[in-house]
Amino acid sequence: MTQPLLSVRNLSTRFRTERGTVRAVDSVSFDVAAGETLAIVGESGSGKSVTALSILRLIPDPPGRIEEGEILFDGQDLLKLDDAGIRAIRGNRIAMIFQEPMSSLNPALTVGMQVGEPINLHRRSPWAAALDKAAELLGKVRIPDGKSRLNSYPHQYSGGMRQRVMIAMALACQPQLIIADEPTTALDVTVQAQILALLKELTREANSAMILITHDLGVVARYADRVAVMYGGRIVETATARELYKSPRHPYTQGLMASVPRLDGDTERPLVPIDGQPPDLATLPPGCAFAPRCRQATERCHNERPPLVESAPHHFSACFFHDRLAA
Amino acid sequence: MTASPPETVLRVEDLKVHFPITSGVIVRRQVGTVKAVDGVSFAVGRGETLGLVGESGCGKSTTGLAVLRMLDITSGKVEFEGEDISSYDRARMRPIRRKMQMVYQDPYGSLNPRMKVADIVGEPLVVHGMADDQDKYRARVAELLKMVGLLPDMAERYPHEFSGGQRQRIGIARALALEPKLLICDEPVSALDVSIQAQVVNLFMELQERLDLTYIFIAHDLSVVRHISDRIAVMYLGRIVEVATRDQLYKNPLHPYTQALLAAVPIADPELEAARGQQIISGEIPSAMRPPPGCRFHTRCPQAMEVCKSVDPPMRTLADGRAVACHLHGA
Repeated sequence: MTQPLLSVRNLSTRFRTERGTVRAVDSVSFDVAAGETLAIVGESGSGKSVTALSILRLIPDPPGRIEEGEILFDGQDLLKLDDAGIRAIRGNRIAMIFQEPMSSLNPALTVGMQVGEPINLHRRSPWAAALDKAAELLGKVRIPDGKSRLNSYPHQYSGGMRQRVMIAMALACQPQLIIADEPTTALDVTVQAQILALLKELTREANSAMILITHDLGVVARYADRVAVMYGGRIVETATARELYKSPRHPYTQGLMASVPRLDGDTERPLVPIDGQPPDLATLPPGCAFAPRCRQATERCHNERPPLVESAPHHFSACFFHDRLAA
Repeated sequence: MTASPPETVLRVEDLKVHFPITSGVIVRRQVGTVKAVDGVSFAVGRGETLGLVGESGCGKSTTGLAVLRMLDITSGKVEFEGEDISSYDRARMRPIRRKMQMVYQDPYGSLNPRMKVADIVGEPLVVHGMADDQDKYRARVAELLKMVGLLPDMAERYPHEFSGGQRQRIGIARALALEPKLLICDEPVSALDVSIQAQVVNLFMELQERLDLTYIFIAHDLSVVRHISDRIAVMYLGRIVEVATRDQLYKNPLHPYTQALLAAVPIADPELEAARGQQIISGEIPSAMRPPPGCRFHTRCPQAMEVCKSVDPPMRTLADGRAVACHLHGA
């Protein structure tokens, strides 16, 4: 196998809270190949966003801290870079798109300034050239009349248009990797489809890899090549999207799929919910984080943490019973 | 309109809710109108679930609030159990409110953090003077908590001690306290984690069966609406564009907007998604202050014709009972 573009090894990120240390991300490892879209799926508190923020070293310290691990990007460990080094990568070779376009855009700066900034900063283009490029980028994300809209402020854009601006900013320096954290959760379904299709098209065109963070299994199915499922700060299963949906091998993944109604599902069949609540990261059990909600859990699951093992070619599952669970 | 099942619980006719936009500090004058709901008609039968879907700003929540008379109605008629309540004042609405209750979206914002669960769930009983007998009152609160899958001893706790799913159960218990006939559920599961949504959806369905409830289920998630609804009304910019039974609507959507909505929803199956042609409509929902002339959807409609730009298509009932407002269908 060729060397992956991004290789995360044993990443652990902790937060100090008044209730003790919370392991938001607990020894997580995964790879992203060049040009590939990896979806990280999980519910709130599963650690998916903290994983993304850790890659770009955007964890506020204190209270947060990346305790251990390696984040190899193009062979270079991002955790070993100094501030100037990581700043040269952020927004340049790795770009990030956040969920809330309104709070991630500066309300006091024009859209042109914000889209042009990474070009000015990283490419050292003079502002006039950066603004020309910004207008071109707005055209690329299908904002009509880009040139004249450079002088508008974010509040003059609709929610969908703001997310297009975020995409334009992310693409400005042709990054090798885009991290999109729930990029369409705040948007309506028809606009969500537009934005995700645009993101997919443009990343493909630029051969950028993407980490797509979402809780929506449908979005994953439509846009991702590979999937990592997170639960309680750990990756519990990872496989290609097709393989994962066809034969999930972790009880949590199986539970999720049975509990979400599908547009083409059998309406006579009741939904099978996962019992209980998502775990409290401050009081994680010593064994499998999912064991308290798992119908198949044994004594061993409660006491011993199952490792992520290759259950089928390129299909990893962190369950002692992954073989038995194969469909 | 669609032929409604026997015994109509709620009938809404040509409902309009307009909000004035004013400007000026000392002398306020009206500078415009937001036509949040602009001519909506539908009926709901006993024991039925009517799904109300559409994107943000389409007027689905406003419709729900107007039916409960929590908002002023600009014009039109709301008939509950055969009684025209559209012009009722607060005092006359009081006995009606006991029969119509609301479940809100946000289980964090809709429960008073300083009240114990018992007081939250029992408050409607107090307000309606049904809490005189303390023993009976306590028994009723315990019964309500049990009904929604909570333990009676949780009554003495405060909302912050509960998870999102449990809080939504508390909200449902409160709505059920007065034994309502009709529940208006406004996005009741959208704030919940995916693994918790199914628990609450199943609870709604069990309660409906047990208590013979009628639901208006307002949501933007078309998969959840499909699962729970008997009939579905699709809204766009203050209007209903299509009403049909679940199978009619999802198997064969007629209105181009319904088609676009369904095509936009990704299905959790990568192979199916790869094979599915993706027709994504462009644009976003226009402002309700200045809705487009003619058919309100024509600015985004892939099948728009000349007539759509000027003539507003009326709602037409088709032979199979469904209704659609589109020039492509009907006369």
